[in-house]
Amino acid sequence: MARDASFLLRFAPYCVFGCMVLAASIVPMVATGLPFAPAADVIALVGLLATARVFMALAAMDAGTAFGSMGARREMLVAGLAEPALLMVFFMPSLIVGSTSLTTIVETLAYQPFALHPSLAFAAVAFVMVLLAENARIPVDNPATHLELTMIHEAMLLEYSGRYLALMEWAHALKLMVYAGIGIALFAPWGVSPAGRWDLVPAALAALAAKLFIGGLALAILETVSAKMRIFRAPEFLGMAFLLAVLGMLILLLQGPPR
Amino acid sequence: MSLAAQLIDLLAALLLLMAFAMLAQRRLMALIGLFAFQGALLAASTAVVAWSTGQAHLWWSAGLTALLKAVVLPLVLRRLAVRLAVARDVEPLVNVPTTLLVGIALVVVAFDLALPMAELAGTITRGTLGIAMACVLLSLLMMITRRRAIAQVIGFLSLENGLFFAATGATYGMPMVVELGIALDVLVGVLVFGIFFFRIRETFDSLDVEHLEKLGDRG
Repeated sequence: MARDASFLLRFAPYCVFGCMVLAASIVPMVATGLPFAPAADVIALVGLLATARVFMALAAMDAGTAFGSMGARREMLVAGLAEPALLMVFFMPSLIVGSTSLTTIVETLAYQPFALHPSLAFAAVAFVMVLLAENARIPVDNPATHLELTMIHEAMLLEYSGRYLALMEWAHALKLMVYAGIGIALFAPWGVSPAGRWDLVPAALAALAAKLFIGGLALAILETVSAKMRIFRAPEFLGMAFLLAVLGMLILLLQGPPR
Repeated sequence: MSLAAQLIDLLAALLLLMAFAMLAQRRLMALIGLFAFQGALLAASTAVVAWSTGQAHLWWSAGLTALLKAVVLPLVLRRLAVRLAVARDVEPLVNVPTTLLVGIALVVVAFDLALPMAELAGTITRGTLGIAMACVLLSLLMMITRRRAIAQVIGFLSLENGLFFAATGATYGMPMVVELGIALDVLVGVLVFGIFFFRIRETFDSLDVEHLEKLGDRG
């Protein structure tokens, strides 16, 4: 650890990890009616993810190395563009269901009769793009690189070692899990067990495992077939995500909710 | 809402998405692919309208659309691109995000115009009129922003797709004779454009239409 850094550098991993744990306990992946669910709706969830990001960037700049600041700046560039897109994605199911609470959204979408939502399809594509950008996956960032020209996320963790690094990496893995959970909850919520039905939990767990497996496979394929973009193309990429989300919203307003 | 109406809404949304994708696509071959996909979507939506309303002549126009716009025209365009040696061209597009934002504004305008009309319509496809208008406006925007002749022609053809979609959505399609005439027109139009491309390239050694803006005594 850097000797001249302030307490922020030591404090940030706990804060980031705590935010991610809280976020993970809000997203209904297996069952709805989670104890932490009333703590935050989807908008507060975005805020939670933003808090973690801010502390990560602050810690990266705190160490005072050039790479840390560069990584923080790039992360903020990506995040500042990804966040509005993420919010727009969240607004669509909220508009369809009429609530911003994840529990209500999942319960309504999972147990309603089958209906095609064109706007949700748009939102899903936009969400995948945001997921790739926010989790430092390949078209935007490469999680395995330590090449100074390309790294974003890794540049912020360069000053960490030991248990702090472990916590940060764990938080990063949790973040990907949270994003996958949100994606599953919004766009493929079938099989989630309703609140209080413990007998359905094993089936829900199996469904979650299957969905995560498919999601992981899709992510691996996506990362294999795409090449990393130049950092200056990232605004265009995320602009596309935002545009897709806006388009989905407009279509939702034009066509109305499924009658 | 019936399954057919939902399917039509979904296909309409995808059509709009294709219009946007074409606006942002830099590579010519990918652009032609997108155009073919848009044609296929159009044919599918026409077929769904035909199936749900029982209009026999719509089956014909769906088949015609599938054959012409999803297979023949893309093939012709592809061959033209290969023959003109522009297949690998990457078009210099100015500021894609700005173009897309302008596109969003156009979509808002089109939807706003279409909403009162959709209220009056009693057809199954009333939600799609706004999307069809948006597709037309986006194709116009694409023709404005492109500098290469082939891309402009693709924009023109995609505009025709939008008009066709509007006709299907608003009135369950035009009479058979009109539709046949339009299909033939488009086909002949593309052939004429093809000859035109060769002439432009012979005269200016490029397909950039900026050269057409200068007056001169050559050629």
